[in-house]
Amino acid sequence: MDNANQVDPAKSAELFILHDQVHEPMHDRFLWATMQRRDAEAAAIPEWEELREIASKIKEHTLTHLDHYLEAFEANATKRGAHVHWALDAAEHNEIVFSILKDHGVEEMIKSKSMLQEECQMTPFLQSRGIKVIESDLGERIQQLDGQPPSHIVFPAIHKTRKDVAELFARSVGTDPNNDDPHFLTEVMRNNARPRFLAAGAGMTGGNFAVAETGTFMVCTNEGNADIGASVPPLHIASIGIEKLVPRVEDLGVFLRLLSRSAEGTPLTQYSSHFTGPRKGGELHIVLVDNGRSRRLGMPDFWHSLKCIRCGACMNTCPVYRRSGGLAYGATYSGPIGVILDPTFDEFKYSELPFHSTLCGSCTDVCPVKIDISDQIFKWRRVMAKKGYLPLAKRLSFAVSGHVLGHPEEYHAMEKVAEPAIDYAPHFLLYNRSLNPWGRDRELPQIVKQTFREWYLANRS
Amino acid sequence: MSTFKFSREVILGTIRANVPKQQVEHPQIPVFQHPDRPLKSEFERRLQQAGGASHDVGTMAGAESKLMTLHPGAKVICSAVPEIAGTRRVEKVRDPHELADVDVGIVRARFGVAETGAIWLTQEDLVVDALAVLSQHLIVLLDPDQIVGDMHDAYRRVRLDETSYGCFMMGPSATADVEATLVHGAQGARSLNIFFLPPHSAPPAN
Ligand code: SF4
Repeated sequence: MDNANQVDPAKSAELFILHDQVHEPMHDRFLWATMQRRDAEAAAIPEWEELREIASKIKEHTLTHLDHYLEAFEANATKRGAHVHWALDAAEHNEIVFSILKDHGVEEMIKSKSMLQEECQMTPFLQSRGIKVIESDLGERIQQLDGQPPSHIVFPAIHKTRKDVAELFARSVGTDPNNDDPHFLTEVMRNNARPRFLAAGAGMTGGNFAVAETGTFMVCTNEGNADIGASVPPLHIASIGIEKLVPRVEDLGVFLRLLSRSAEGTPLTQYSSHFTGPRKGGELHIVLVDNGRSRRLGMPDFWHSLKCIRCGACMNTCPVYRRSGGLAYGATYSGPIGVILDPTFDEFKYSELPFHSTLCGSCTDVCPVKIDISDQIFKWRRVMAKKGYLPLAKRLSFAVSGHVLGHPEEYHAMEKVAEPAIDYAPHFLLYNRSLNPWGRDRELPQIVKQTFREWYLANRS
Repeated sequence: MSTFKFSREVILGTIRANVPKQQVEHPQIPVFQHPDRPLKSEFERRLQQAGGASHDVGTMAGAESKLMTLHPGAKVICSAVPEIAGTRRVEKVRDPHELADVDVGIVRARFGVAETGAIWLTQEDLVVDALAVLSQHLIVLLDPDQIVGDMHDAYRRVRLDETSYGCFMMGPSATADVEATLVHGAQGARSLNIFFLPPHSAPPAN
């Protein structure tokens, strides 16, 4: 890991923007529309802000009693007949999964979307050991066929046009390259996946929440693909990060009301599925994965990132993410949440990410569990500055900080650090688009009383 | 089975060493009052937004004829409810793979949720979990008096300690993974029709 190459997100973002006149504007438009749906759903719930506060507190409570709740979860899941495994890191996770599959003679496995399994690089590991792994989520399958990681934690292929997908399917499964109707393309993959669900020796899922009091874990999907993987093959393996715990069943009411509204602007995902022990006639294995999380719990400035429920709202609202595309971050997690998570895996490799932000604070404003995302991004800049990982000099010329708008107090903190590189906004945002609030920086000082997000919502035509 | 016996202790030990000093209390979850909530109409509106539909079928005969109107070509109708016989009883199914050819699955939901238009289905209702997702189309019977207000009410009703599988299903399977265009019938059911019908007290049809 030490000699891994430093990721250069601004350069990749420039390529995304300059590539053509289609991809970046489309990406921006789709995610902005998602954000508007989120805003409408949130506004329709009078107790929305109260729910965010409660969700934040439940997560903080759980994380400050995490050992207790993990043991309770293990005991209750075991009592219900699940096999619970503990994995210190990605390598152990992958070994455990492989040994379960090998013990059951599984040659083909079908999986639903799991960012944790992405984080562990599980699929290439299993494939190198001769196990065929099929992604069943449509977006993940598109990315798998294209040999790319997901570019968004909720919409894995959101950076691709329908034409891209039609051409990809033509190459990989032999369909008509000129038929780019999303209904047709979805149907193609439905028919392609069905026989594989039926043939698979095991189904794998992630887990959105794990309930200590019952030993239940929950999976949210729109396609129902996790449910097929869990209910058809005889063996179900779920990978769950140790931070996914909540104490009680009633807590799920709070999180489910927030999750899909924040993620997609819908009241729920189409399927919110609860697994408590194996199904009748089936076998269930749960792998609890640490992979740096217990260490992160001890980082006073950053442990709140463990509250994340992976809704992607911070990405959809982020002007830098929307214009960069997720692949520009060169990491499992992209967008604002990626900026604060990725450096905990490899500080040098991801040292540029904290500078790939305007510190506008919009992410913090929308986060359903109230993570102080933009403050953490700023603190990561300090960490990088102290280590001497400065943003590449060629991009230091433009120094406007959206952050100052919403957080004037932070401005003074920035001055104290006395490091010019920290007060810095990505240069690439100036490229080729009319819709560019960062080009209007002279107007900004008058609107300090609004949060940046309010200003942005009012000014984006 | 795991070769990493000590990882559990290492993980829990690291957590104990690192857990933030300031411990936070579990917050109270208040009851959010929404007086005079029109439960059935809100449920129906939300269900429609999620791509589902609902029908006041009135009687068992009404349910049978609605089923035929909605799915005239259906060959395999697998039923988990006493009210509708179908062509196959799910109680007879030994292995979920046997459900691969089901055109229409029929199940009764314990309750619905007005806030979301979702229905709650459990292993006991489905008999074989896969009926919920392998059926090309789903018909769900629901007692119109069994609709709760919001997801908090819903979680007061579910008993996760009594079922190995429970699902809030909100409309049919969907995806928006190609250019953010909404398409129904991604992997699970292509359509979801709710029949409002109180439970029938007669013995099951099998
Ligand atoms: S940081 Fe907050 S907004 Fe971003 S993905 Fe996590 S929960 Fe969602």
